[in-house]
Amino acid sequence: MFGILTLDAFIHGPVETGAQLAVVGGALAVLLALTYFKKWGWLWREWITSVDHKKIGIMYLVLAGIMLARGAVDAFMMRAQQVLAVGDQVGYLDPNHYSQVFTAHGIIMIFFVAMPLMFGLLNFILPLQIGSRDVAYPFLNSMSFWFTVVGAALINLSLVVGEFAATGWLAYPPLSGLEYSPGVGVDYYIWALQIAGVGTLISGINFLVTIIKMRAPGMTLLRMPIFVWTSLGSMILVIFAFPILTVTLGLLALDRIFGMHFFTTDLGGSAMMYINLIWAWGHPEVYILILPAFGIFSEIVAVFSQKRLFGYISMVVATMSIAALSFVVWLHHFFTMGASANVNAFFGIMTMAIAIPTGVKVFNWLFTMFRGRIIFATPMLWFMGFLTTFVLGGMTGVLMAIPGVDFQLHNSLFLVAHFHNMIIGGVLFGFFAGLVYWWPKIFGYKLHEGLGKAAFWSWIIGFLLAFIPLYLLGLMGMTRRLSQVDEVFRPLLIVAAVGACVIALGVFLQVLQMVVSYVQRNKNIAGNDPWNGRTLEWATSSPPPEHNFPSTPRIKERDAFWFAKERRESLFSTPDHHIEMPKNTPTGFFVAMVSGIFGFAVIWHMWWLVPVCFVGIVTLLVVRSFEHEGSH
Amino acid sequence: MPAHAGENVTFGFWVYLMSDCVLFAALFATYAVLQGATFGGPTAYDLFDLPFVFVETMLLLTSSFTMGLAVIAAREARVGKTWPSGPERRLLLLLAVTLFLGLAFLGMEVYEFWHLIAAGEGPTRSAFLSAFFTLVGTHGLHVALGAIWMCVVGAHIWFNGITTGAVRKLTILSLFWHFLDVIWICIFTFVYLFGGLAL
Repeated sequence: MFGILTLDAFIHGPVETGAQLAVVGGALAVLLALTYFKKWGWLWREWITSVDHKKIGIMYLVLAGIMLARGAVDAFMMRAQQVLAVGDQVGYLDPNHYSQVFTAHGIIMIFFVAMPLMFGLLNFILPLQIGSRDVAYPFLNSMSFWFTVVGAALINLSLVVGEFAATGWLAYPPLSGLEYSPGVGVDYYIWALQIAGVGTLISGINFLVTIIKMRAPGMTLLRMPIFVWTSLGSMILVIFAFPILTVTLGLLALDRIFGMHFFTTDLGGSAMMYINLIWAWGHPEVYILILPAFGIFSEIVAVFSQKRLFGYISMVVATMSIAALSFVVWLHHFFTMGASANVNAFFGIMTMAIAIPTGVKVFNWLFTMFRGRIIFATPMLWFMGFLTTFVLGGMTGVLMAIPGVDFQLHNSLFLVAHFHNMIIGGVLFGFFAGLVYWWPKIFGYKLHEGLGKAAFWSWIIGFLLAFIPLYLLGLMGMTRRLSQVDEVFRPLLIVAAVGACVIALGVFLQVLQMVVSYVQRNKNIAGNDPWNGRTLEWATSSPPPEHNFPSTPRIKERDAFWFAKERRESLFSTPDHHIEMPKNTPTGFFVAMVSGIFGFAVIWHMWWLVPVCFVGIVTLLVVRSFEHEGSH
Repeated sequence: MPAHAGENVTFGFWVYLMSDCVLFAALFATYAVLQGATFGGPTAYDLFDLPFVFVETMLLLTSSFTMGLAVIAAREARVGKTWPSGPERRLLLLLAVTLFLGLAFLGMEVYEFWHLIAAGEGPTRSAFLSAFFTLVGTHGLHVALGAIWMCVVGAHIWFNGITTGAVRKLTILSLFWHFLDVIWICIFTFVYLFGGLAL
């Protein structure tokens, strides 16, 4: 009946019990609050069943916020452990639990913070920027979102029932095989990512079709805002990379469930193939995250320099070159695995080549600022912080692209510092900038500037304090993922821990900023166009009505909204009287929930439940296909 | 539903097929890497029965042909020609033939798998057999899903007649079905012919 699930799965050590109570307590608190304030109907009608791209976007952002808290707690636990577990002291986490913590941290930050932040902003802003009323497939959009939620829920569930993978964020075999990871941790990992990955793939197709087919009349490809271009590049990567992840995790699951031999050490399996496959997805994945962030910065630098973006065409070409090159560099993640010198040299050169289009972008941004009348608002501060830290991180990347150097730095904290440099300084700063920039559009009021600037300074100072020491530690020879640390590394690890605390202050200030701004929302009403913007999202009200625009705008040039303002024209003819919008549907929510149960059933080997879930999903989709696709 | 939505669905489905192509590419690559990793077990040359697989292939190719005829029938019905037997009935008949051929293909594949597993040469025997069962099995799974989908489209036409929506559903189903055919041709060539002839 319950497969291999027994009561033992609920019993943990003291630290884990704390986490267990936090998850259960948090969930109960939310459920009670919803019941007490009688918000269930509202939640169901206005949010859960909604297919409005703006509401789905906001829900993605909420999900990212919740998971950021979880991932940040993991980060602090690691920093604390490495400060405490020095010499003879063992710290407060046992090695297995420590491994689960860094695995969960990586997976959560990439899949359930960075990706939802990206899809949140994409959902809200992209249809507005191309003058569309919605995405191409509103129903699939809702389903994608709920798949992502189910993936995140499975990871959090692993805190309460059973355990999580203790393998590192990419779960390399043979460690992640049945022989060395007999528990359910890796299964949680596989099915959480598999379900969320399907959602991401569907989103990728959805947004690609939206960009190609749903642009306002007159908006040719080369009149699209640069955020739309970078999103297009990112979605192309999603469509080509995520099927590889599906296959890789699927093969690992076959090894674990049916005893096949893809990646085992015996009967002909090849663990090295897994590492190739997973990075053939994994490297494009980093560009999936960074490209939209580049787009956001390109919008921000033009608006706050009050100039047109310098080198639009070269920006487009650079974006697409990065997208293409991202598929031919995966081997640089394992130069040390033993490919021949020529193979390593090829991938090393390709990796360095990516720095060229990226450099083009950096110079374009600098030239956009050159002789601009720069407004130092919070989004612009995030941009400038990004520019400096990202260039630093990029250079350490080029350094490691040299195979000979990589042999020294592989698996060291230098690498950890490098990718945090790219992902915090690049991706996260980009999405924070986008959030501050578009907040007035999303909610109708501006965020508090003073607190925003304080948050920015805490973040950047904390970031440098937390990660520059890791570069040094890496050069000193400290490897990553250590639950027990040598005495000589301690001073720099303490500096890093202090840095983490300063980042925590930044997070606190961001939360405070949101609360204060919400309380003062009537004082800070944004109006349609608070930043003197250039793109179409600023042409409608804040927040936009459900149908986005009174009528479909006609586009004659790039930055059409900017020029329309200068000429005192309107982009809109007479308002449409008859606008059809798709009706809400719970099907996406139900399908995702049933696939969550499916995942849980496979994880715990409840085989009878698997076909039941399969039939359930098919039935839901068939019923949906017979429904008249209503609109209002 | 706005008028252009139908066109979007078809375009989006092409994009999905492209991503499915990548999925199969990853599986083909896996098979290419592991086909020699028999670990002392049987090789492709020992196992594959080419005449059997040829019949299988012909069944699937013919089903693709009848699927094409079904789409033509639906298009003709749309422009308003009436056929003596009624376009709906002809369309449903062609779909039934396609479904039958597809199921026959699946039946042969299940028989082949069952036969191998019974002989102790199942997917757990060696990395080569893991890769073989997974690649061919994933294609089989797609065919099975296509068969379920075909029943659903058939039911749509049965209950609602040949509407614009039904034609769209049929069109993308046929795209899917032909796509599976193309994948099968690659499997037949690279797995069965190359392996069975020891090329």
